[in-house]
Amino acid sequence: MFEKKSGILLIAGVGFFAFAFLSNAVVPMLMYRHLPEKPVKDVVNGNTRYQFEDLAQRFPQAFEKAYGQPPEDAQQAGDWYDDKCAEALEIGRKVYIGEGCWHCHSQFVRPVSNEDRRWGPVSKSWEYQNRLQRPVMFGTRRVGPDLSREGGRRSNDWHAVHFFKPDSLSPASPMPQYPWLFDGSPDQPNEKGLALLTYIQWLGSWLDSYPYYEDYSPTTIKPVAAAE
Amino acid sequence: MTASLTVADAEIPPQKDLVEERLVLWYFAAALTFMLVSMLAGLLMGLQLLRHNPLPTIELFSPGRWRMVHTNAIAYGFLANGFLGVMHWIIPRLTLRPVLSKPLSYLIFAAWQIVVLATAVGLILGEAQGLEWGETPVWIDPVAQLGLLLVAINFGAPIIQVKGPMYVTLWYYLAALVWTFLTYAMGNFVPEYFVCGSSAGAVGGLFIHDLVGLFVTPLGWGMMYFFVPILLKRPMWSHGLSLVGFWGLAFFYPLQGIHHFLYTPIPMFLQYGAVLSTIALELVVLTVIINFIGTLRGTGMEAIRNLPLRYFYTGITFYFLTCLQCALQTTMTFQALIHFTDWVVGHAHMVMFGVFSLWQLGAMTYLVPRILKTDWYRPEWCEFHYWASAGGLAVMAGDLILGGLFQGWSWAALQPWEASVSVSIPFWLVRIVAGLVMLTAQVVFMLNFYLTWRKSLHANLRPSVS
Repeated sequence: MFEKKSGILLIAGVGFFAFAFLSNAVVPMLMYRHLPEKPVKDVVNGNTRYQFEDLAQRFPQAFEKAYGQPPEDAQQAGDWYDDKCAEALEIGRKVYIGEGCWHCHSQFVRPVSNEDRRWGPVSKSWEYQNRLQRPVMFGTRRVGPDLSREGGRRSNDWHAVHFFKPDSLSPASPMPQYPWLFDGSPDQPNEKGLALLTYIQWLGSWLDSYPYYEDYSPTTIKPVAAAE
Repeated sequence: MTASLTVADAEIPPQKDLVEERLVLWYFAAALTFMLVSMLAGLLMGLQLLRHNPLPTIELFSPGRWRMVHTNAIAYGFLANGFLGVMHWIIPRLTLRPVLSKPLSYLIFAAWQIVVLATAVGLILGEAQGLEWGETPVWIDPVAQLGLLLVAINFGAPIIQVKGPMYVTLWYYLAALVWTFLTYAMGNFVPEYFVCGSSAGAVGGLFIHDLVGLFVTPLGWGMMYFFVPILLKRPMWSHGLSLVGFWGLAFFYPLQGIHHFLYTPIPMFLQYGAVLSTIALELVVLTVIINFIGTLRGTGMEAIRNLPLRYFYTGITFYFLTCLQCALQTTMTFQALIHFTDWVVGHAHMVMFGVFSLWQLGAMTYLVPRILKTDWYRPEWCEFHYWASAGGLAVMAGDLILGGLFQGWSWAALQPWEASVSVSIPFWLVRIVAGLVMLTAQVVFMLNFYLTWRKSLHANLRPSVS
């Protein structure tokens, strides 16, 4: 059995692989089956919407170029912003992956090494049960800080300038520049730039402690309806 | 064949019917080309970290994208191509049967180069998939999957025709053909289309680890069990230990993926399971190492004098070190400090370059003169290649591992984030220097390869003229 084709093919090749997949992958899938994956539009919350509308006000020309004009009617405009915000989150995540952001920034706070004091609450499973975490963006290396509680900590202006030329705000930063997310200057983010800004501001927006600053009393999370 | 044919000779088909030697060389040339690409990509990212990126504002040279080219080019460009080349040599010689189809072999060669090139282009255009080691854009995944199926069929055919018990190398190869196909399918499709969140993290961890443990490792050890006894002209020390090694690796390797994501929201008992199986694996690895050291008994100097053997045993030493390191670093205590730091990057370089790339380069050093039927153009360049590759890697890995400790301590001490960057600068600087030495070595080796090839063409032309 141990040196025969059948044993190696079936037991080692297929059997052990299947055993590992069952025990290491199917088990967590079953354990989290009560937390179904949320679609993108369900993770748009008041905090993210606020940041998204802030983008519309700060960068009106760029915003209009990327998303067009909102409808006149207030109710319709609300829906419109939600839709566009969901769209921006999806594109923003694509940019985040395509640029390899996740190879230098993690998205989980560990219960060790004082991480909850630096970044905020330790990560929980439910936070990751949505479309924007498929594949999950845990990350494996931190050259820059963890981003899972980054939303709301800094303004859209700050992020725009930082993406355009990181060391203009953070002098020793080894982060690369991303001028192609802008039309020439930091106040002209293009569609990808706006989307990435939205995505960054979304990270952690689902928590009561949003935005997370050290020694700062938390504000409660606002549902979408109340934010309008 | 001469008139003095023995019965044994008559049963062995001539080499030219078994091995498509030209294809082996082609694979080696492709592998080395991608090695060069990978190293240049690593250099770009390394320079960026030192804030000396020469091309800072050009989208197509974004270091974040090239960092993914760096890892993918080494895994799918260098290692996969190198392994395929070596398999075209080993499998027919062990089974005494050619691969299923010669045209299919060439088709696979072309298809695989297209897959790797398309991956690189996709990554450079910002089309990456969000899975570590699986950044291959989603539209290439099915093609790569089909390619792996063809590889399994082409090489599986001669192996499956073997009657009775097989030699160790074929255990590893047969299992690897199945594992690589399954691993690629699991890692590229399950977390992309079927599960999200922590479960996707668990699958992603399995993929990261299986890619090393079930694709690279068995193909690498298969190669060692073939070349080491041949070069030493003696069998492996203990067949029993070979069995323990194979079955131990086969059982424990797939179980440890989650150790890449300790302290995440993945259920804690699964994390502990992954840690335990990692430590168990280290004991298995020890049996493999003992077997290879035992094979060397009495002729230890051979492993220093003989260049390909020296490559192999250097790789085996690094393998032992990485696995020992693995058993330590996956414990929760170590993880708290070194996870997310350059320690892990150093570890990864020690595995991918220190072990598997050195084995490949050793196999190339051994096979190229045999296939071209001429000595290396400059054998002393091969010596330089060895020392610069192995030495450069030792410095790079040691440097990054040490630097990782400083980063971890800086973070735990809640120093400002910038402090962890400034403490890394000297380590990143040493890394660049070590990397440049390794890069130079590969350039010299490629040049040597090219000149040897050219020399062989002249040498083979001359008799036909006279």
